[in-house]
Amino acid sequence: MKLKSLALAVTLASAGASAILTAPPAFAQAKEQFFPALVYRTGPYAPNGVPYANGYVDYLKLVNARGGINGVKVTWEECETGYATDKGVECYERLKGKNGGATVFQPLSTGITFALTEKAPIDKIPLITAGYGRSESTDGNVFKWNFPLTGTYWDAADVILQHIAKKEGGWDKLKGKKIAHVYHDSPYGKEPIPLLQERAKLHGFELMMLPVAHPGVEQKAAWLQIRQQRPDFVTLWGWGVMNGTALKEAQATGYPRDKMYGVWWAGAEPDVKDVGDGAKGYNALALQHGAEPNAAVVKEVLDKLHAKGQGTGPKEEVGQVLYMRGLTQAMLAVEGVRRAQERYGKGKVMTGEQARWGYENLALDQPKLDALGFKGVMRPISTSCADHRGAVWARMHTWDGAKWNFSSDWYEADQSIIKPMIKAAAEKYAAEKKITRRTPEDCQT
Amino acid sequence: MLYRENGQFKTSYRADQQIFPILQDRVAIGLLLVFAFAVVPLVAPEYLFRAILIPFLILSLAALGLNILVGYCGQISLGTGAFMAIGAYAAYNFQVRVEGMPLIASLLLGGVCATIVGVLFGIPSLRIKGLYLAVATLAAQFFTDWAFLRIKWFTNDSASGSVSVASLQVLGFPIVTPAQKYLFCLAFVVVFALLAKNLVRSHIGREWMAIRDMDVAASVIGIRPVYAKLSAFAVSSFIVGVAGALWGFVHLGSWEPAAFSIDRSFQLLFMVIIGGLGSIMGSFFGAAFIVMLPIGLDILGVRVGFDTAFAAHLTFMIFGVLIVFFLIVEPHGLARLWSTAKEKLRLWPFPH
Repeated sequence: MKLKSLALAVTLASAGASAILTAPPAFAQAKEQFFPALVYRTGPYAPNGVPYANGYVDYLKLVNARGGINGVKVTWEECETGYATDKGVECYERLKGKNGGATVFQPLSTGITFALTEKAPIDKIPLITAGYGRSESTDGNVFKWNFPLTGTYWDAADVILQHIAKKEGGWDKLKGKKIAHVYHDSPYGKEPIPLLQERAKLHGFELMMLPVAHPGVEQKAAWLQIRQQRPDFVTLWGWGVMNGTALKEAQATGYPRDKMYGVWWAGAEPDVKDVGDGAKGYNALALQHGAEPNAAVVKEVLDKLHAKGQGTGPKEEVGQVLYMRGLTQAMLAVEGVRRAQERYGKGKVMTGEQARWGYENLALDQPKLDALGFKGVMRPISTSCADHRGAVWARMHTWDGAKWNFSSDWYEADQSIIKPMIKAAAEKYAAEKKITRRTPEDCQT
Repeated sequence: MLYRENGQFKTSYRADQQIFPILQDRVAIGLLLVFAFAVVPLVAPEYLFRAILIPFLILSLAALGLNILVGYCGQISLGTGAFMAIGAYAAYNFQVRVEGMPLIASLLLGGVCATIVGVLFGIPSLRIKGLYLAVATLAAQFFTDWAFLRIKWFTNDSASGSVSVASLQVLGFPIVTPAQKYLFCLAFVVVFALLAKNLVRSHIGREWMAIRDMDVAASVIGIRPVYAKLSAFAVSSFIVGVAGALWGFVHLGSWEPAAFSIDRSFQLLFMVIIGGLGSIMGSFFGAAFIVMLPIGLDILGVRVGFDTAFAAHLTFMIFGVLIVFFLIVEPHGLARLWSTAKEKLRLWPFPH
């Protein structure tokens, strides 16, 4: 009976506590630019989520160390999504109104991106999905609040195929070849399929679709098919534990790793580290940057933050691929605000709506990037109403058993194929949602 | 002292058969409903609506549906996520393929589709029981996961396999703001809870309970197991299907099969077990416990100043410990604790 009264007390206490805790704090009008950070430091995707989150937060720290955005300090708060859509939505709701309102969300999950795409226009908060998310959201005339900066999965798939074609000696050499697409069975892995099919039709190669169920540790079936059918190339669209598992399976199957091409989310240190030499020769796309231990911005982070013990995460990981991904994405978020300040007043805190203009009119040329310490890391990027990507450049890098090395020159995704696809998909979305295209006047605002 | 039925005489069968025979209960529930319908929409902040109240309402509806099957009819099901998914995708298809389909109609038709599939997967329950049935319903989970990932027709040929719904409206009233969505869900939950409560008090509900307690004895006294079990599957999957459609349409707005994965099935089963098997009230308690507690713990962890990863891990640990604790102390769930509390309150403050 005593235990039971204890149980009663605990119930009442926890009910009361959660009631108090879930009541949101009063929204103070802050003088700081707030960047919510949806991260995942737990769960099956944590090995990849952690370095990304560290890089993201480190860059924001660096912005403050450099004196803020024209004097405006930045502030941030992390929320753990665990890569789950419903948790991501909760985090979004939790952070969007805090500290004077969120500037921009970068969910780092295609599933969460899809859910937030429906909510962002209502709340007037832009979404940056650099290198992931909906491919058709490139069309800013329909997707006013989405910014798939630096490229989408259609661009990624196109660049991989270009690279393969170049290695084989031309597109006509792909005829009759077989390419297996091993993908995470979620919107993330399915996004590139339309482009792959389009290219397959054009050049007459055969596609094999091999889905892998979340989280991706069970891939025996897919690799059995690869063993039987011996495709000429494998494109790998994995994330987290799935990548390492795929490489181990390739090793076990005896499939040559140098015939495997990963997307830019399947080409970082955590993916290959455990496989080590077994992953030697494996190629992956680099979303502009690869591992950049020598970049100026990395040195600055080490000097200004890690040397003083203010860095996030282990010092050794600074400059690795996913750390750099977080760093560059935070840079894009911050530079959009800087651009918006040029129009709405320097040294002021931008609202999400004002920041959106900044992202739509990004003009980062090479001198500006060099000044930020991104020399050799990023190429110039400029966005517009019609093009929310800003750049479609990518390179290949190859794992040599110890580190990632660039193994190709720059490629540009072929817009003559992608553009009509984007238009068609955006039209379909607009028709389903009954959205009218933005007028040229609306683009000015 | 306050909570006593002394002096409340029941002079008719009607009065004796009320859902809440005690006046104080009726008043409390009435006040609660007024509060939920009239006060909450005015005062609650957006976060509370979107992140807590709406998920809580929809998941309590799903837990209610599952409770009918597991708690009242004794048929363990691990396919709840699947029936939610069927409700959501069916409602989506009605919405996009039929021009001018009213929202409520497509949600209910989603429930009807879930009912059909639910009955289909309930047929094995006539031959197998207990854990074996749980495994059989698990098949429903895998099957729907597969179907909605692979069969393009269900997702209206969307390239990524993710579907989303356009702006919602009922009879010309838009369902856009969080308060409107909340009221919409609340109305569904209240109506379904009332129907469910009356159903389990009726002869059908008594048949279910007879089957649950001992199916051989039940069939001896003239209850047809086929009819009782399949009707439990039908009612349960209908409610779960509607809840799934609400989850997709109102809460997420855009979803993929992962939103209704096996994790969702387990989550709902935990809600029912922790809340209290065979109790309508328990479904709400369970949903509140499972939805709010992790969020509360997470916010607390972050506010105390732990880093995100540690707070997330801590949440898992405390949450797990609490589940074990409650199951040891009160295996009949929070609903039983609630009735114990009420019993005590009757005697309070002079228990002897």
